[in-house]
Amino acid sequence: MALLKRLARHELPLVSFTLNGETCSGRAGDTVLTAILTQSDRLRLSDFSGNPRAGFCQMGACQDCWVLTSDGGRIRACSTVLEPGMNLRTITEPRS
Amino acid sequence: MSDAIRPLIVGAGPAGIRAAQVLVNLGIRPVVIDEAPSGGGQIYRQRLVPDERSAKDLYGSEAAKATNLHETFAGIRDRIDYLPETLVWNLRDKAADAVTGHRTRRIAFSHLILATGATDRVLPFPGWTLPGVFTLGGSQVALKSQGCAIGEEVVFLGSGPLLYLVAWQYVKAGASVVAVLDTAPFSAKLQLIRGLFAQPSVVFRGFRYAAELMARGVAVRFGVQPLRIDGTARVEGVVWRERGKEHRLACDAVGYGFSLRSETQLADLAGCRFIFDERDRAWRPERDGAGRTSMPGVYIAGDGAGIAGADAAELSGERAGLALLEDAGMSVYHARIGVLERKLACISKFRDVLESAFPFPAVWANGIADDVTLCRCEEIAVGDVRAAVRDQGVFELNRLKALTRVGMGRCQGRMCESAAVEVLAAACDRSPDAVGRLRAQPPIKPIPLEVAAEGEAA
Repeated sequence: MALLKRLARHELPLVSFTLNGETCSGRAGDTVLTAILTQSDRLRLSDFSGNPRAGFCQMGACQDCWVLTSDGGRIRACSTVLEPGMNLRTITEPRS
Repeated sequence: MSDAIRPLIVGAGPAGIRAAQVLVNLGIRPVVIDEAPSGGGQIYRQRLVPDERSAKDLYGSEAAKATNLHETFAGIRDRIDYLPETLVWNLRDKAADAVTGHRTRRIAFSHLILATGATDRVLPFPGWTLPGVFTLGGSQVALKSQGCAIGEEVVFLGSGPLLYLVAWQYVKAGASVVAVLDTAPFSAKLQLIRGLFAQPSVVFRGFRYAAELMARGVAVRFGVQPLRIDGTARVEGVVWRERGKEHRLACDAVGYGFSLRSETQLADLAGCRFIFDERDRAWRPERDGAGRTSMPGVYIAGDGAGIAGADAAELSGERAGLALLEDAGMSVYHARIGVLERKLACISKFRDVLESAFPFPAVWANGIADDVTLCRCEEIAVGDVRAAVRDQGVFELNRLKALTRVGMGRCQGRMCESAAVEVLAAACDRSPDAVGRLRAQPPIKPIPLEVAAEGEAA
């Protein structure tokens, strides 16, 4: 279930991407964080306790919104612009 | 002569843009590096693509200032070397290591203006890591840049002018705001009457926000002690104490913060001397009224060396640019300098008033339970800090970091340092200034490993 609620930008073009193997869509001008959290309520599990996290500062400081790309890379969702065809995974296994 | 002057400006918010403008006006071409894709900083942040909202919708009473700043930056664009979406991750030997995507480069500079701004000052309490809890600044970014509310039913909590501003912006944008929970007592707000002489429009605007929120049915409460945020997978409600009684409201999102804290890592790497700022309750780089630091050729403008807000950032950016020109032996317009310094002094006096109207909840550190997560990256609890004091005799912040990993995670203490200082100081019975500050370490934010290797080789 979505965490963020869209109040504006409803008319912008759809941008299609893949999240955990499922096709989803965001809007042009979305960050990856917005695109994911308008359909889901988490971005990752914390490294040690495995508790859900969904970002915090939204300005690239807290480092709490890392998600994975299909090539194994890690991106900071709040400061990455959504691009068509992105293949993203939320972190579903704690590190330890 | 100006060929030898190659300033680097870090940050393209109100301070960085005004500094760049001053330099450009005298024929100097600065490098301007900013992490965001477009200029404006956090306060005047721009959307990634245009949408149906006007500048007035986005920036409210500050729309004219935002538009003017954006237009200024667009106007000087071909007279600066602008690197957006770029992070300065290290400073050494009068050069910056900067990474754009996966590409790093070294940028040599003759002078450095740091306009690195601030982030929210947060204090942990039970439930603060749950999905649906964001900082006040983050709540504002979601709305301005992304057109999103942080939830369906939102509670704003904490202290500082941003508390009321963000709540009001949410209501205006059509979001459902359940409550504004102010940790300061109502009596503290009476301090604002003193501010009527210095900045009447700011004070009246603040009262207007509060009045409009109440008129629209938002519960505005004062003297609130946050107890916990309920929820297991996400926010379900917020619980607080007020005049001895416990209260609960259902909500699915909480935006909170306690004023702001300066981003000081680069100033530290540049070798600037720090002083303890009683008003901000934090160590910050020392600067004179012109923005000069203890290091020749290094200047700081805006909130990066003490919190003063967006108007002061524009003024101090211009002032720092002029200081650089003066120091480089160029002639500047001295009457303007007097005006800038007088305005900055006036804003600084007003900040004293704001601080007393939105005081830091100094009692927080003694009331917070041992099992509350203090460091959200490494998941270290408040009790671990107290145990380090009790069992290992720790009384200094970097020692605490080494022993407990508080401040050692990916955010490098940005989200936990303020709280760690308070808990440590209270536990070892010292004042916050006596426990020190976290030393900055490059890279100041996470960068890809191959970039760091390349940077070392360069």
